[in-house]
Amino acid sequence: MSEEVKQREPLFSPKNKKLIFNPLSRENPITVQVLGICSALAVTAKMEPAFVMSLSVMVVLAAANVIISLLRNTIPTRIRIIVQLVIIASLVILVDQVLKAFAYDVSKQLSVFVGLIITNCIIMGRLEAFAMGNKPWPAFLDGIGNALGYGWILMTVAFFRELFGSGTIWNYPVMENLGLYDFGYKNNGFMILPPMALIVVGIIIWIQRSRDKELVEEK
Amino acid sequence: MKALRNYIDKIKPQFQKGGKFEKLESTFEAFESFLFVPDKVTFKGSHIRDAYDMKRTMIVVVVALIPALLFGMWNVGFQHYLSHGESVGFWDIFLFGFLKVLPIIIVSYVVGLGIEFAFAQIRGHEVNEGYLVTGMLIPLIVPPDIPLWMLTIAIVFAVIIGKEVFGGTGMNILNPALTARAFLFFAYPQDMSGDKVWIADKADAFSGATPLGNALTGHFDQLPSFNDMFYGLIPGSVGETSTIAILIGAAILLFTGIASWRVMLSVFVGGYLMGLIFNWAGANEYMNIPPYYHLIMGGFAFGAVFMATDPVTAAQTKKGMYIYGILIGMMAVLIRVVNPAYPEGMMLAILLMNVFAPLIDHYVIEANIKRRLKRIKIKA
Repeated sequence: MSEEVKQREPLFSPKNKKLIFNPLSRENPITVQVLGICSALAVTAKMEPAFVMSLSVMVVLAAANVIISLLRNTIPTRIRIIVQLVIIASLVILVDQVLKAFAYDVSKQLSVFVGLIITNCIIMGRLEAFAMGNKPWPAFLDGIGNALGYGWILMTVAFFRELFGSGTIWNYPVMENLGLYDFGYKNNGFMILPPMALIVVGIIIWIQRSRDKELVEEK
Repeated sequence: MKALRNYIDKIKPQFQKGGKFEKLESTFEAFESFLFVPDKVTFKGSHIRDAYDMKRTMIVVVVALIPALLFGMWNVGFQHYLSHGESVGFWDIFLFGFLKVLPIIIVSYVVGLGIEFAFAQIRGHEVNEGYLVTGMLIPLIVPPDIPLWMLTIAIVFAVIIGKEVFGGTGMNILNPALTARAFLFFAYPQDMSGDKVWIADKADAFSGATPLGNALTGHFDQLPSFNDMFYGLIPGSVGETSTIAILIGAAILLFTGIASWRVMLSVFVGGYLMGLIFNWAGANEYMNIPPYYHLIMGGFAFGAVFMATDPVTAAQTKKGMYIYGILIGMMAVLIRVVNPAYPEGMMLAILLMNVFAPLIDHYVIEANIKRRLKRIKIKA
């Protein structure tokens, strides 16, 4: 922004709105930037852990973005990665402890993957690409937006994997209540295995790119 | 016949560009080349089209599968009546198996071809004959009692994710028929393994374990005799039990030059070698069975003859074929003997080597380039 323009930007200016809504589709961290795939494969066998995971990533990402953005002018460039890591790690430990205290079962299901949020590429990527060069408020919105983009893909994948893999939606036994088992229906064990998450993500990418041709790479 | 030809010629313009049903061009084309020998000629340059086109190749493979299919149908009936302890005539046995296997074949072709046609329409290319073979292979590698809805899901998965995603026939990395079987194996393990599923409507008291199942659980005294396994009088997937029926198919494929003898031979050599290595190690009873047993148990022979030789997914270079084949054979026996979770290693071995085939080719070609560059340098 140039020096002359001093008037305040409204909180939800079109530019800021873009920060939230672009990562949902055009700049989706998973399907377009292909970041954070590992956790998308690991925690999407059921919806509940996937939701908690998305929430944790959202908290960590938004907070880290704000903190880094506040510190952006004081961090020496040469050690910026280590500073970012320290901040992410502290936030992740906080989230981990909170989960252990208040949602022990889910925390046990997520096991090591909460700790592995530290290595989630989305977080490092957003800190480097956005928070280091933007003010706290846009950085906050960017964090929320990307976490939402990450979250909805996670939830979609988890929905299909849980429905066809375990026959439930958010632990509610849909297939049993529909009486499908009486007809000889069986749950698809392949859906529980991580490779199927990769294939479901692939199908989402396929659908997205056939709807939005601009995303298709030139050959 | 003549009338049909005339009729097709009459309605043809409606399906070509600018016609009424232009969108259905590839469907029309598919039916035309199904009914008649394609009469396409080149109109540019001095090229001759060989009559040996994809249609003929695929038909020959289907013909080569027929001995295994017919024997499989008979064996399904034979195993059923054997488990119930009834003895009935040849035609009753065959009829039982025929009625068991026919629905599987019909579902396989209807579902698979349906998807092929749909994709050809959407993408605007011709319907390929590739599925004719896949559609025949799938019924031969599933248990006779497979629920048809499971089969449907597996075929949808295999054709879309295994083949169409990559661009259709000729572009796939994995063998589509094996992809379908792998999907079934991982999705519904209880219907694809164990000793319950290999005999149609089995009597409860009868043990229906396959030779591989027996070997895995350590019941080596219950292994069928060599002759039974060679002729195929054992429980198993529909078309894989009889080594002799498969060898007839292999002879057809080799005689017509469709399958590569390099791949076929080296798969058997690899399996035998691995068996010998295990004999030499001899750490447990499974390692001590004669190496040639591995070649006639389970799906080894079927995989070696019909799956590993798939020209699309196999290695393309001559040296590469040997490496590819030997590794399939060794890997299959290795998985069988060492990994208790997978009684049959052939499917996984072939799929794994399918993935590695381009890499093998790459290094074979690089080595060749290096060798020839050296020759130039010495001369210079």
